[in-house]
Amino acid sequence: MITSSASLDYVRELVYQRAGIVLGVDKNYLIEARLATLARELKLASVEEVVTAARGEQARKLNPRIVEALTTNETTFFRDVHPFNALRDHVIPGLLAARSATEPLRIWSAACSTGQEPYSIAMLLKTHFPSLPSGRVKILGTDVAESILARAREARYRQLEINRGLPAALMVKFFERDGTDWTLESGIRSMVEFNQFNLVTPSTPFPQADIVFLRNVLIYFDEATRGGVLRRVRAALAPDGYLFLGCAETTASVPDMFERVHIGSTVCHRPRNPA
Amino acid sequence: MRAIVIDDSRAMRAILRKQLVSVGFDVIGEAVHGADALARLKELGVPDLALVDWNMPEMNGLEFVVAVRSNHDYDSMRLVMVTTETEFDQVTLALAAGANEYLMKPFTADALREKLALLGFEAH
Repeated sequence: MITSSASLDYVRELVYQRAGIVLGVDKNYLIEARLATLARELKLASVEEVVTAARGEQARKLNPRIVEALTTNETTFFRDVHPFNALRDHVIPGLLAARSATEPLRIWSAACSTGQEPYSIAMLLKTHFPSLPSGRVKILGTDVAESILARAREARYRQLEINRGLPAALMVKFFERDGTDWTLESGIRSMVEFNQFNLVTPSTPFPQADIVFLRNVLIYFDEATRGGVLRRVRAALAPDGYLFLGCAETTASVPDMFERVHIGSTVCHRPRNPA
Repeated sequence: MRAIVIDDSRAMRAILRKQLVSVGFDVIGEAVHGADALARLKELGVPDLALVDWNMPEMNGLEFVVAVRSNHDYDSMRLVMVTTETEFDQVTLALAAGANEYLMKPFTADALREKLALLGFEAH
């Protein structure tokens, strides 16, 4: 059954309003494919039926499912590796030295998906800063999708996920085999707090942080949404803090707010003219 | 960047060769088992990387890793196991023997690229 343009437009507007994600008509194939999977899960015959149900009595239940189905959850452990090397060699040592022992370092992994990014940071801390006392660094992982966060909290990964970016030495150090899956040890899991958080909800204050990982998120937003998110990141980021974006992302929509800084083989962004 | 691919499956060697070439490697040789690989290395010199299957006839991948790591001429060569062996103990054994990384089959091209990046081999 062909999905009507009215239904596709409904989905487009819903995802934009709730998650800030722009799905142009060139992404109709993506809407069809992702919602076809959702239709099968819901035992509905077509995407059209999913949208019809979402526009009717089942709106409260189905609209979040539609938004979650259309958010991209692609992630890996130690994605792009260089930002993590920068954390290890420069950013964390520098910020720890600049903070008192009672002042926790706050790292926010925004749009953390199934948890690989904040857990990579936790493993990095455990491996390279083993003497740090508990609570000296706080890691927060947030995502718009509660069902994705449930997977993050569970920290159980399939072989295809564990194969992606995770050094084998860390795999055998911090994971145990669980059937055909691999589960992260509780010590690392307990280092990360996960909360549901929508970057594009205007009324929600951003969590204060010294380091923000906001990678491969802005590419899905339009210019106005990118600017709004970056302004709020700037307001929440410590004056001497660091913002890491994805390789294809910049702060061009707020040119006066951040300066690009090269650290090793990566680029990050620091607040310009901190107060 | 020079590499050798060691796997008894012709199809798998072809896949790995293609993926290595796509990230900038010159695949200077292939071998069908560990002993074959040791002979090839004597002819070819020391590559930067070897992708090593585990289960192969004559000399398996683990035995190859042990043999290579006992010869300091090959200290600079990075060894990545690419194998269907996915048990925790097997991974531990391979790392203890001197493998630098471990990739479990089946895998994606991205997964191989990411493992290579961990070892400092980046696409160019």
